[in-house]
Amino acid sequence: MPAPTCFSCHKARAALRRPRSGQALCGPCFCAAFEAEVLRTVLAGHLLPQGAVVAVGASGGKDSTVLAHVLRELAPRLGITLHLVAVDEGIGGYRDAALEAVRSQAARWELPLTIVAYEDLFGGWTMDAVARSTAGSGRSRSCCTFCGVLRRRALEEGARLVGATHIVTGHNADDMAETVLMNFLRGDAGRLARGGVLGSTGEGCALPRCRPLQFASQKEVVLYAHFRHLRYFSEECVYAPEAFRGHARDLLKLLEAARPSAVLDLVHSAERLALAPAAKPPPPGTCSRCGALASNKLCQACALLDGLNRGLPRLAIGKGRRVLQVEPPPLGNPSRVTSDPVALPEPCTCKQSKDESNPCGNGGDRAGATCVSKSDLSPVAE
Amino acid sequence: MCQAGEDYAGPAQREPPPVPRPSREQKCVKCAEGLPVVVIRAGDAFCRDCFKAFYVHKFRAMLGKNRVIFPGEKVLLSWSGGPSSSSMVWQVLEGLSQDSAKRLRFVPGVIYVDEGAACGQSLEDRVKTLAEVKRILGNTGFPFHVVALEEVFSLPPSVLRRASQEPAGTEEAYKAAVDSFLQQQHVLGTEACASPAQGQGQLRPSHSQEPSGTVGHPKDAQTEALSRLFKSIKTLTAKEELLQTLRTHLTVHVARSHGYRKVMTGESCTRLAIKLMTNLAMGRGAFLAWDTGFSDERHGDVVLVRPMRDHTLKEVAFYNRLFGVPSVFTPAIDTKAPEKASIHRLMEAFILKLQTLFPSTVSTVYRTSEKLVKAPREGCATGPSGPNCLLCMCALDVDNADSATAFGAQSSSHLSQMLTAEAGTPTRPCCGAGEGQTQSCHRAVGRREDAWACIIEQLCYSCRVNMKDLPSLDPLPPYVLTEAQLRSQRGSVSEEIQEYLIEEEEEEDRAEPCEAMKQEAEDKGIGL
Repeated sequence: MPAPTCFSCHKARAALRRPRSGQALCGPCFCAAFEAEVLRTVLAGHLLPQGAVVAVGASGGKDSTVLAHVLRELAPRLGITLHLVAVDEGIGGYRDAALEAVRSQAARWELPLTIVAYEDLFGGWTMDAVARSTAGSGRSRSCCTFCGVLRRRALEEGARLVGATHIVTGHNADDMAETVLMNFLRGDAGRLARGGVLGSTGEGCALPRCRPLQFASQKEVVLYAHFRHLRYFSEECVYAPEAFRGHARDLLKLLEAARPSAVLDLVHSAERLALAPAAKPPPPGTCSRCGALASNKLCQACALLDGLNRGLPRLAIGKGRRVLQVEPPPLGNPSRVTSDPVALPEPCTCKQSKDESNPCGNGGDRAGATCVSKSDLSPVAE
Repeated sequence: MCQAGEDYAGPAQREPPPVPRPSREQKCVKCAEGLPVVVIRAGDAFCRDCFKAFYVHKFRAMLGKNRVIFPGEKVLLSWSGGPSSSSMVWQVLEGLSQDSAKRLRFVPGVIYVDEGAACGQSLEDRVKTLAEVKRILGNTGFPFHVVALEEVFSLPPSVLRRASQEPAGTEEAYKAAVDSFLQQQHVLGTEACASPAQGQGQLRPSHSQEPSGTVGHPKDAQTEALSRLFKSIKTLTAKEELLQTLRTHLTVHVARSHGYRKVMTGESCTRLAIKLMTNLAMGRGAFLAWDTGFSDERHGDVVLVRPMRDHTLKEVAFYNRLFGVPSVFTPAIDTKAPEKASIHRLMEAFILKLQTLFPSTVSTVYRTSEKLVKAPREGCATGPSGPNCLLCMCALDVDNADSATAFGAQSSSHLSQMLTAEAGTPTRPCCGAGEGQTQSCHRAVGRREDAWACIIEQLCYSCRVNMKDLPSLDPLPPYVLTEAQLRSQRGSVSEEIQEYLIEEEEEEDRAEPCEAMKQEAEDKGIGL
């Protein structure tokens, strides 16, 4: 059967069928449609205002590569400036290769690139070191718990460093749908109550984050990369992938096969879930140590690092948290106290946001200045 | 659950507790005397009597805790013949035969919907099943209604209207009802067999309760129409959903016309967890609390309740086996379908498989569902007075086409594409035939598109997705189409009069429509 003509331009031969609608399009028309849809999401959701300095979380993978490329196409129309921020988790043999991909992308698209490393941010802890530390205490997938929390923090740091006003990440509709399924299977009512939105507008000191690809299915992301000839890094991380997400992912694939709109239907469900007020987490406060957004006394990154530094890596995960809350955070541990200030060069504390006019918005150069005084302040705050 | 066993709680608790295998010498964990016959949770072995007490208590506690069934109220038990609903009927039967202090105080009736035509059952098989069904129901002594699904073709459109009468569901109302019931019973107390529940259940011969003589013999034309409708649906997912919708409408109609105020369905905890995840995947996130909660008031005067929602499928199976609860096997619409055939089947297989890996899966999902509320999520505008979905009768959960939501993202690209596809296919063959026909043909297509659009826009997100799997809406039962037409007429009438309305004066303007219309207009918020 000969390929039908493109549904949109009616001239070229169609090169693909859109997974969700079944529409036959040619490559250029598909890419244009894909870009138009991302633009629509950004505009309709008021995600990135004119003049925003946008830090693109770049991992070298397909989603962030496509996101960076699409936003670069749209940047003139949106009036935004882009800055790639990559995080070096310190995973030998995996991340270095991915970072190479990011570097070549940045060079090709002439976008500024900043790489922040766990090793520098978190007092010498690389993921390899974390993995060695957690290896004795349980299964390897707890690595991902650490990596996820720390990466989030590192991205925030990197964005601040380059003076960004917004952070965008490449999460697509499939990621979102998987997360909803997982949160139900895990019974995480707090996350269900918070989830379902396109991003956060930035509470407290945190920068606004958003996910412009949230309505784009993974298949279309891959198709876009294919037609734009984007090169991306597509290897699995050397540490085992999260086992539980694997279940949700398999299910999602099957659901999508049974009904092509299932992914977006799940996203719609997530948008509309109504939870009892009691299930909603209390408004976040600030971490007593680093001043970042935190729902407990310590933010999760500090709590995890705390556990690592004490040699009890599971301290802040699951039921270990109870132990953490009973015991006061061990600031008095003499062997560790020296490494603590180095461990957390956090930029701003809310103490300071009251004292100084506007530390959060001031961006990079200010951040360097504040993080010095931070270690002096945190004991006072205790 | 994925973290089971890997929590860090100090070295003292690291070693796992030894799991005792129930041995022959072991005694029941409850009474420490009886011989254990069943292990419900790991290590908890129950003897026969204790298991029964545990099971019965769960059922009664669920009713006692929620206090929605008033004493003396007529309750319709929706029985499919399957294990859970059979167990429910059995529970009610036992509950009514207990001594007076603990006796259930409502007046039950049973409904059985014969879905044979939708599931492709042969006529002989249906007759056989019905004979078995009537035998079992006859033994219960309850009044029963055996209704063929074909009867949806003679339902009135009013089934789709939410009765404005609010169920008296408050705590005080319940207390008052109990008090007056007790008083009434006190007056009758001297006479033997005082309970109205027992009185009605036993005095009346069950056959007199059967509605219209159509039982077991629906009209051939209707059977034909029903199987044509279900054969035309492209996916098993949509078939299953439509079947559930029609069954609910029919049950509510029977309940209304016989004065039942409550309908009990026998969904177990396991079934509800599966249903929750299924509905989540079908875009029903806004309605999960309605679809899986204890009580469901979406129909207004008739409330659906799910008293078996604390029982797991495993408990039900053991109970039914130990106590010989009769049930009937009927092939369902997805019997013998491959696992990947529908969202329902996929989700069922997934949850049951996960349950074997992580035994807390079902209870986790179920407990999470308890935290959901029926009110729409804040920020999502649809008040209680907003229009309801034509099919599932939940408040519409669709956004503007230009909003940054999953709905908005689809409607901007989908709509144009869907319309062209609709117009494209039917036009080509017939317009090629003759030049003269072109015009009328276009008009016909236009009208069909209008009818299609008029129904689609009265549906919630999820029902829209389902209806996309129907190539034509024509085979739908007439009451759906009629009600859709009425609603859209009312909509356009209210739009027409809108410009003449002055705030707070709408009462005079809609004097002429009939009463039902008036009520509906209120529902649709004419004066907005």
